[in-house]
Amino acid sequence: MNWKHILTIARKDLRETTTNSAVWIPMLIVPLIFVVAMPLAMILIPRQFGGMESLTNDPDLQTMTAMLGPEIERFMGSYTSEQFVIVMMLGYLFAPMFLILPLMFSTTIACESFAGEKERKTLEALLYSPATDAELLLGKIMAGLVPAIVISWLSFAGYALVLNIAAWPVFGRVWFPLPHWWPMIFWLTPALALLGVAITVLISKKVKTFMGAYQTSTSSVLLVLALLAGQAFGVFTLNVWVGMLLGLLIFIADAILLWFGARTFNRKAILAAGD
Amino acid sequence: MDAVITMENLRHQFGEHVAVDDISVNVGRGEVFGLLGPNGAGKTTTVRLLNGLYQPAAGQMRVLGFDPVTQGHEVRRRCGVLTETPALYERLTALQNLRFFADLSDMPALEARERIAELLAFFELDGRANDRVSTFSKGMKQRLALARALLTQPELIFLDEPTAGLDPEASLQVNELIAGMRERSHHTVFLCTHNLYEAGRLCDRLGVMNAGRLVAAGTLSELRALVAPGLWVDARLLRPFSPVLDGLPGLLRLEMNDNQLHAQVTGEDVIPLLNAELVRQGAQVVSLTPRQVSLEEIYFALQGETREKDENSATSRGAGAAQ
Repeated sequence: MNWKHILTIARKDLRETTTNSAVWIPMLIVPLIFVVAMPLAMILIPRQFGGMESLTNDPDLQTMTAMLGPEIERFMGSYTSEQFVIVMMLGYLFAPMFLILPLMFSTTIACESFAGEKERKTLEALLYSPATDAELLLGKIMAGLVPAIVISWLSFAGYALVLNIAAWPVFGRVWFPLPHWWPMIFWLTPALALLGVAITVLISKKVKTFMGAYQTSTSSVLLVLALLAGQAFGVFTLNVWVGMLLGLLIFIADAILLWFGARTFNRKAILAAGD
Repeated sequence: MDAVITMENLRHQFGEHVAVDDISVNVGRGEVFGLLGPNGAGKTTTVRLLNGLYQPAAGQMRVLGFDPVTQGHEVRRRCGVLTETPALYERLTALQNLRFFADLSDMPALEARERIAELLAFFELDGRANDRVSTFSKGMKQRLALARALLTQPELIFLDEPTAGLDPEASLQVNELIAGMRERSHHTVFLCTHNLYEAGRLCDRLGVMNAGRLVAAGTLSELRALVAPGLWVDARLLRPFSPVLDGLPGLLRLEMNDNQLHAQVTGEDVIPLLNAELVRQGAQVVSLTPRQVSLEEIYFALQGETREKDENSATSRGAGAAQ
């Protein structure tokens, strides 16, 4: 395995991605909404217009808290009612939403890397290079995976910064990240980013355009929406252990999907799909 | 002959469709070998097989002593390929494109820098080195793709339709470059084309493909001898005339068209006899021009023969089935 080949391919794909506005504009807008706009709106607007009181007494929110289980309920008991709303909304309910980011980033970059190259008919020259099939696959996986994880982590850092600064008048201390966010960021995020890439590797053989691949692979976001709904309806609580277990299951799914993808990732199959 | 490429009974299929059918041919070191054939004849598939992109269904092949099936990366490390479309990264600059492929070919950084500068200057792209390829003309892209194929100073270069879609000026430039490669650096060139003029001018030996099969291979003279032995004589007469030349020794074939006469003869020694006989019979000969059978004529004769054979075998298969 020649790591120089792998890094060269990944670097080239990244360079191409950064010059494609159709790819990086959504990758810039979505984190801005998730990391800045939504938390600010949830903290500042109710405080400004006195809506925090009604949110605190909202029966739906209280029912939801009860559904999260006694452990969380006890934990929430240590907060004032205003702090409770912020922690509940942005610390718990919003957590699975955040997981959309690694999935979205990785599928976008991987679609550009796999299907985009096919669409622009540049693949053949790459296939005539001395890089082996495994090096090509790993280079492209790295191109999708590494930036997705890094951008997700940066978004998480930004989110933590925004929450702590905007909610400083309410808490008077650094209150975020909550314990269950650590496995989510450092375990679930890589697992989901890899899932996005693995799905793209599988479907890229059938799809010839970036948009086609993107539309198909973004359906994986449904998984995150299921998490969101599951937590909202009290099916499970995204605590440290659930996060670790979920990450493990997703990594196993990644391994299976990548094994299938790698088995058929060879020059003949790629050319046949591109012709 | 020191063979750089050997193919023995090479066969490749896409499902039921046979793309390369039992090809056997060798290409010697320093030779420019042209593979001719219409679109879909199997030329590009052959290049892909030789570079280990496909695995053959049957047969053996060696490229520079390596087996492309098991040592494809070794073959690709030593070969340069100009693909049918330039296949350049349009969002990257010319320099970034060449650097990417230099890195993939494990060229040392300093050597790569010097080689890239040399190639960009040679192809007159040095002034545009830092411009995105998307801003280049078709000819510039083809020159850059050629520079990429030559980057590692490969022993063997595959050129798949190198002048397709180029204007005459750019085509001429590319052709001169290929001719120069043979004369100056003794590269072995495997040229796939359907441009017969280009093939006739550049190639030492030619192979003609049709429907996956290699119909014939050899030098131009060998192909000529195969299709139309001897040479043609074009005679222009002052007035339409119908001579009787049946008994003329060395005459192989005769075609008449008003005051034009085309005779296929065994050699130059027949020309004075033909002239004398025409004059004897009362023809007023204005000019008599010997000419070699062109590659175009050879090519179409070979393609026609193959089609005829295919039709005959299809008919006999049909008759057999009917019985």
